[in-house]
Amino acid sequence: MRRILLAVVAAIGLCATQAEAQQRTRLTVYTALENEQLAPFKAAAERAVPGIEIAWVRDSTGVITARLIAERANPRADVIWGLSVFSLLQLEAADMLEPYTPAGAEALRPNFRSARTPMTWTGMDAFVSAICFNRVVAGQRNLPRPTVWTDLLNPAFRGQVVMPNPASSGTGFLTIAGWIGAMGEAPAWAFMDRLHENVQTYTHSGSAPCNNAARGEYGAGLSFDMRSVALRNQGAPIDVIVPTDGVGFDLEATAILRGTRNLEAARRLADFTVTQAAADLYGRFYALLAHPAGRSTVENYPADFAARLVSQDFSALAARRDEILREWTRRYDGKSAPRN
Amino acid sequence: MALPALAVRPRAGTDQRLMQGALLLAAAFLAVFLALPLGWLLVRAFQDADGAFVGLANFAAYVTTPSLAVSAWNSLWVASLTTALVVPLAFCFAYALTRSRIPGKPVFRAVMLLPVLAPSLLPALALIYLFGNQGMLRDLLLGHSIYGPIGIVIAQVFYCFPHAALILSVALAGADGRLYEAAAALKAGRGRMFTTITLPSATYGLVSASVVVFTLVVTDFGIPKVIGGQFPVLATEVYKQVVGQQNFNMGAVVGIVLLLPAIAAFMLERWAQGRQAGVLSGRSVPYEPKPRLARDLPLLLLCLGVAAALLAVVGTAAWGSFIRFWPYNLAFTWANYDFGRFDSAGWDSLLLSARFAGLTALCGTAIVFLVAYVLERGVKTGALPPLVRFAATMPLAVPGLVLGLSYILFFNEPSNPLGFLYGTLAILVLNSLVHFYTVCHLTAVTAIRQLDPEFESASASLKVPVWITFWRVTLPICLPAILEIFVYLFVNAMTTVSAVIFLYGPDTKPASIAVVHMDEAGQSSAAAAMACTILAVNVALKLVHVGMGGAIDRWTQGWRRR
Repeated sequence: MRRILLAVVAAIGLCATQAEAQQRTRLTVYTALENEQLAPFKAAAERAVPGIEIAWVRDSTGVITARLIAERANPRADVIWGLSVFSLLQLEAADMLEPYTPAGAEALRPNFRSARTPMTWTGMDAFVSAICFNRVVAGQRNLPRPTVWTDLLNPAFRGQVVMPNPASSGTGFLTIAGWIGAMGEAPAWAFMDRLHENVQTYTHSGSAPCNNAARGEYGAGLSFDMRSVALRNQGAPIDVIVPTDGVGFDLEATAILRGTRNLEAARRLADFTVTQAAADLYGRFYALLAHPAGRSTVENYPADFAARLVSQDFSALAARRDEILREWTRRYDGKSAPRN
Repeated sequence: MALPALAVRPRAGTDQRLMQGALLLAAAFLAVFLALPLGWLLVRAFQDADGAFVGLANFAAYVTTPSLAVSAWNSLWVASLTTALVVPLAFCFAYALTRSRIPGKPVFRAVMLLPVLAPSLLPALALIYLFGNQGMLRDLLLGHSIYGPIGIVIAQVFYCFPHAALILSVALAGADGRLYEAAAALKAGRGRMFTTITLPSATYGLVSASVVVFTLVVTDFGIPKVIGGQFPVLATEVYKQVVGQQNFNMGAVVGIVLLLPAIAAFMLERWAQGRQAGVLSGRSVPYEPKPRLARDLPLLLLCLGVAAALLAVVGTAAWGSFIRFWPYNLAFTWANYDFGRFDSAGWDSLLLSARFAGLTALCGTAIVFLVAYVLERGVKTGALPPLVRFAATMPLAVPGLVLGLSYILFFNEPSNPLGFLYGTLAILVLNSLVHFYTVCHLTAVTAIRQLDPEFESASASLKVPVWITFWRVTLPICLPAILEIFVYLFVNAMTTVSAVIFLYGPDTKPASIAVVHMDEAGQSSAAAAMACTILAVNVALKLVHVGMGGAIDRWTQGWRRR
């Protein structure tokens, strides 16, 4: 009985706060940003764009994308802020994005925004595939510190490499797309064949390899750069290595959902997301920003970082995604027994 | 099959119409919240991504995928092995709780439920702490990796044990002492009594428990996702198709493959039903075990062993929640419980979860028990009862992921008049209720079945309306089972992830989702801390339940004693 009363009281309380927020336009924003980014991003956007209130729905890239597609008949989100560009291209192909060129979006690097006019999405920052390398495990097992991808082929790494399954993880796809971009198609598959010998397991999530490496389960986890920073701050003995022989990258991007009930407010938020102020905000977490004048305050990034990115045509990659994944699955996924 | 005929009372009239109406309502409920959404999704198995009809093309594509046969085979043998391990163990445990005089039964009963009280990430984290490559007990695996079938089976045994033990302890709870007295008078040995009285009366429970465990293992994707490594099973195939590649059509195909166990379960259940008669009749005398060391001591040791194993897993996770960074910095800290640092909702998500779980348990218990009662005691002719029965056993075979997606597609359809539910707490409640329906249903049915339909017949001949019999006889006798169902629904709603992950809104993010998010972000200690907090809430409820259990026993179950 008590619980029902509590529930009723809480429901009334919720209604009251909602009524209060009615004066501001409440924008439902779907995102795959990291948890620690949500509060500062919301505060900055609400300060810069008066009259809006951001209500986040945050989940991992795959879940949020699946949800957006499933909700297609009756979209619930107003804006997508901070989702992989591969996902946005998928939504674009399904005609789910509202064409709108945010004010000032032309200033973004050309590679970092939609090629359409008006634009369907705008980039925020790039994140790259990286190796989370556990120094303690390396010491115990005499693993040489890798600087290029091919260093991972060293037999010393047998059973010590873990990477995301590209068929279930966006990070996994971005990693192999980077290899194909940097090495060329055939050599990339040859590389993966040999790497497969050293891989202990292909995880279902993109952050799991780095988490595993941080806990010392494996020596090297293939993941993405930002994940590892948080882990190192917690005291994990890991180094983040961005290999110098070309890395795949993905953009975090913004778009307005077609069918939003708050188009005007959504446009004003989209305008904010391409400003330099917003770019400085992204720069607190990422090194390479879409806005050329944005300042990155992340430490420990190599100076020639941008030069290591492979040249990557997102639309072409997105179009070939199914084909690449089929090939990958054919080669590596059918093997059931976990190696030791 | 003579017995069910007794249930159909000669006095048609109000009772019949009432039961018939209730059955219709039950059918409507299961249709709207289970059959239609699922049907809506499964239609996609025959469409391409743009919604055009493609016949069996998706199935053909799936069958030619090399990993299918492997993952189906893996699912089958892992599930069979887990069932073979769990059901005998759970049977002995339940037997000890109901048919022996071991001390500390309430404690064992509570400890038995620990795995369902905790989010599934908790045992997964604990297993990594214990048996991972840096684990404290990794040498016990003799060099084998925990990531793979070994880890899946250990985690599944842990996770499925309470489900089986719960069903079996309900099945074994009611026994007619007269049968044992008669057997003793006829000089039957203990083995004979066991095989001719105890086992037959528990057949239905054993079948239910096996079906439940098998299906839980086949459909669960959380455990293989976290600890399965490179070992593919059917449930992770769904995850890969839907979450990894947004290929709903193929996800629906795998969903249909996964429904096969439901059909098998339904057949088995029908078969067992034919062999089960009411154990307790109006003339029953409760069976009271007498102390016997040769039976009680081994059972006590078994219970202690099981309890120790369950506590060790949970204890490891609890310890992990106070550690700064495992395994490199083992300093003790409270910081992991400052949830605001890791997740913007902080402690609020826990309040929301409690509200969500409370509502699920309250609505769910009422619906489940009424539906089970109507099915067991109402009209058994016509097409409706078997359909409703099938619908009630189906949710078990539907992976949460598939159910969650079907809810989006169905309730978010612009033309659906129930669309207003979308994005509210109500849809989370309804979804969880349906998701966890089957085990509750089986518990309720097992409890009701132990009551002889003569109760209703007797009251009918005394011209007592059926609802009075229900209120005065059925409900009080089944109160322990009803409380079990309430607690089961509450704790599962507190810990569920897979279905609600697609349905929570900006203001309705449960704590269990926060656990997943923290773990994804590498905050494993914080995730363990939130998981432990959820566990603590559930344990508190369970303790209240155990406390109340004694009082309720004295109040309603006195007739079982002499």
